[in-house]
Amino acid sequence: MPLSPHRHILPNGLTLIVQENRATPAVSAVISIAAGAVDDPPGREGTAALAARVIDRGSTGLDAAAIADILDARGAALSVSAGRHRLAAACTCLAEDIDEVLVLAARVVITPEFPEHEVVTRRAELVTDLREAEDDPASVAVDRMMAALYEGHPYGRSPHGHVASVERIDAAALRAFHAATFAPAGAAIVLVGDLDAARVVEVVERAFGAWRASARPVLPVPPSPPPGERRLIAVPMMDKAQTDVAYGLTGLARSDPDHDAAWVMNNALGQYAIGGRLGDSIRERQGMAYYVYSRLDATIGAGPLYVRAGVSAANVERTLASIDDEISTVAREGITTRELDESKRYLIGSLPRRLETNAGIAAFLMEAEVFGLGLDYDQVLPGRIAAVTAGDVRAVAARLLDPAHATIVVAGPWAGTAAAGAAS
Amino acid sequence: MGKRTAAGAVAGPPTVRETVLDNGLTVLVRELHTAPLASVWCWYKVGSKDEGPGLTGVSHWVEHMNFKGTRNIPRDQVKGLIEQFGGTWNGYTWIDQTAYIETASIDALDRMLFIEAERMDACLYDPADCESERTVIISELQGGENDPEERLDQEVTATAYKTHPYRHPTIGWLGDLQSMTRDDLYGHYRRFYIPNNATLVVVGDVDTDETLRRIDHHFGRISAGAAPPRVTTVEPPQAVERRVVLRRPGTTAYWRAVFHAPAVTDPAFLPLLFVDAILNGASGLNIWNGHGVPVPQRSARLYRALVDRGLASSVSGALLPTEHPYLYTVASTVADGQTLAAVEDVMLAELARIARDGVTEAECTKVRAQLRARFVYDGDGVTDIAHQLGFFQTIAGWRLYHDLQARLPQVTVDEVSAAAARYLRPDNRTIGWVEPAGAGGAVPAA
Repeated sequence: MPLSPHRHILPNGLTLIVQENRATPAVSAVISIAAGAVDDPPGREGTAALAARVIDRGSTGLDAAAIADILDARGAALSVSAGRHRLAAACTCLAEDIDEVLVLAARVVITPEFPEHEVVTRRAELVTDLREAEDDPASVAVDRMMAALYEGHPYGRSPHGHVASVERIDAAALRAFHAATFAPAGAAIVLVGDLDAARVVEVVERAFGAWRASARPVLPVPPSPPPGERRLIAVPMMDKAQTDVAYGLTGLARSDPDHDAAWVMNNALGQYAIGGRLGDSIRERQGMAYYVYSRLDATIGAGPLYVRAGVSAANVERTLASIDDEISTVAREGITTRELDESKRYLIGSLPRRLETNAGIAAFLMEAEVFGLGLDYDQVLPGRIAAVTAGDVRAVAARLLDPAHATIVVAGPWAGTAAAGAAS
Repeated sequence: MGKRTAAGAVAGPPTVRETVLDNGLTVLVRELHTAPLASVWCWYKVGSKDEGPGLTGVSHWVEHMNFKGTRNIPRDQVKGLIEQFGGTWNGYTWIDQTAYIETASIDALDRMLFIEAERMDACLYDPADCESERTVIISELQGGENDPEERLDQEVTATAYKTHPYRHPTIGWLGDLQSMTRDDLYGHYRRFYIPNNATLVVVGDVDTDETLRRIDHHFGRISAGAAPPRVTTVEPPQAVERRVVLRRPGTTAYWRAVFHAPAVTDPAFLPLLFVDAILNGASGLNIWNGHGVPVPQRSARLYRALVDRGLASSVSGALLPTEHPYLYTVASTVADGQTLAAVEDVMLAELARIARDGVTEAECTKVRAQLRARFVYDGDGVTDIAHQLGFFQTIAGWRLYHDLQARLPQVTVDEVSAAAARYLRPDNRTIGWVEPAGAGGAVPAA
């Protein structure tokens, strides 16, 4: 069943997309704002992340407790999170409560107060999370890999910040961040569920129509050329039981003409069934890891294509050699015809599953809106995937996959080899 | 908004066709024509509580082996069987049950039934595959050990139980994983993977009669087996508070307490679920729930007492539906710069307060609304609906899930207060601390 979303642009520039779905008496709503970690002021990394934690802790005439009472009395969930480019407020509620929840969400997004005491409390929570992450080899490996792979680039700055940068963020900084980035033009709301499209448009117009704000221009993401050399960085955490490997390459943007070919290629390399070729080698044949996979993080700019694995320290070298081997082979030869067909069938065939639930549909429609993929993206996607050829995959593999430019971080009870750079 | 069934009403019991084949296989089919999908779950009444000495972790390892090819599905053809239909598959092992799932386009229904029938009696247990999987599972265990909260959970659980096999972790103890043999695995498989110990659940865009015919075709040939042994151990009542302290390098302190709690069939279960929701917000009864709707907890007692006051960065509660009496857990992460002792003081004062003074009508009204919403969120999509049917069937019968939902309006303040007083007693609890000792974590990046 194709989606039939209604798209409506309010006079203030806010985009609203509504998809009716009567499968359950509930609604998923996502509000996406063009404000993310890339907008963090230098030295105050973590501003967007902290803003996401405090934004729903007070609005004009409503303190944090009052907001919580409104939501909790209805069993409604509101969670706000900040990504690199966008901040998202995701709501789930019963259909009967959507009007009240939208009115509340509008107040939270448009007129947050960022009360001082709330900033202090939630900043300490964020610091605690950062300290926990420092003790987690998986987080350490990914964060260090990103910092090294994107050195000097906005994507190299931690989206959660560091303890020192977060401690510099005060209420004034959050208010300034909100004033500079939050605006109806560039924002989008997606509503999916048991609702009447025409009526909910009116509710959104009443709640969000008076929002008048303009944001500073969104800066283009600078290019991110691959590093000139391969780097292997060991982060010894000798009291841990297992090492985590993050093996990063520069990927491509969501808008890149090669994106769909890269998507298919990555599926075969490190996703299909249990981890594609990487899973076949490292988990199934060699029994070295419970998890190994690759991920293509294509966003506004060229995010990474990276491999993750958790392995015993004794197997780090063998794991890295296996990743190198699989990546080199795909770079050189592409994937087999069978793999190409399988991955394409999977990516096309999994669409009904992705579009089964309210939350799944909302995520899909928001992705289509943010990346300009079209209101009928669910209908054009199969054709786009089907059109990917073996030659397309080979070309994009040759472009992206090169162990000589990999940035590799190994965090855990492994002190490195002579070839591994010292971490500090 | 829009068309609804009875406005705001709790949904009535769903139309589920329950059948038992001659070989004892229980089959639950529910038609749901909202998407061109079907979800097939095959459930076995075997979990980590059914493991004897020296064999901890065998159920979970057996689960892994049951993805490795069968007499009629060659090892190299396992990959892609479901993915060809855009589907997803998985499995999990928990204390009372082991479950296998495929959700895919409706065209794959027969394929999914075939796979589950093969899994029930035709897995190979190639010795080389068993050895290769040993290291995968030890890797899974070691990945878990990297997480201090998971280690604390294991230690606290093992301390709370003296005799009942709920005491050991589902992943198993390392020594057993190192010494177990292929024959141990295969013996466990043969003992528990029989139709009369299984429930097959199909939910989706299916025709019930045709589905039952296909199920009979695939599963009817499998013979019943001898009824598997059942755990009869009854944990003696806990009479003294117990404590464990994990001192280890790290960055963060964690606090946890567990209380012996009622099994899902106990009339006190639902009132205690209200107690948890009043303390922590309602988290529902779906342990699988792929949607991850956050718990509405910001007005809950423990969140306000601990997180809003800056003592803890998080707090959560968990009352899980189980066959035998399991544990009610309250857990908290100590905020950076705060102390375990300060968190414990406030936590124990709050627990004592609810046990002593009970709860209010307003609190019950609030969490009743939360639980009602939760039942809706937890039944979004064929996969979750099928999960709930099968999960409850393995612990108590699938109807109980819907009975609990129907009983929400009848739970009284007195019942909830009584449950708090009965279970949240100091002598019924085991408290665990993770106390970071010395420097831990990676050196912060410059």
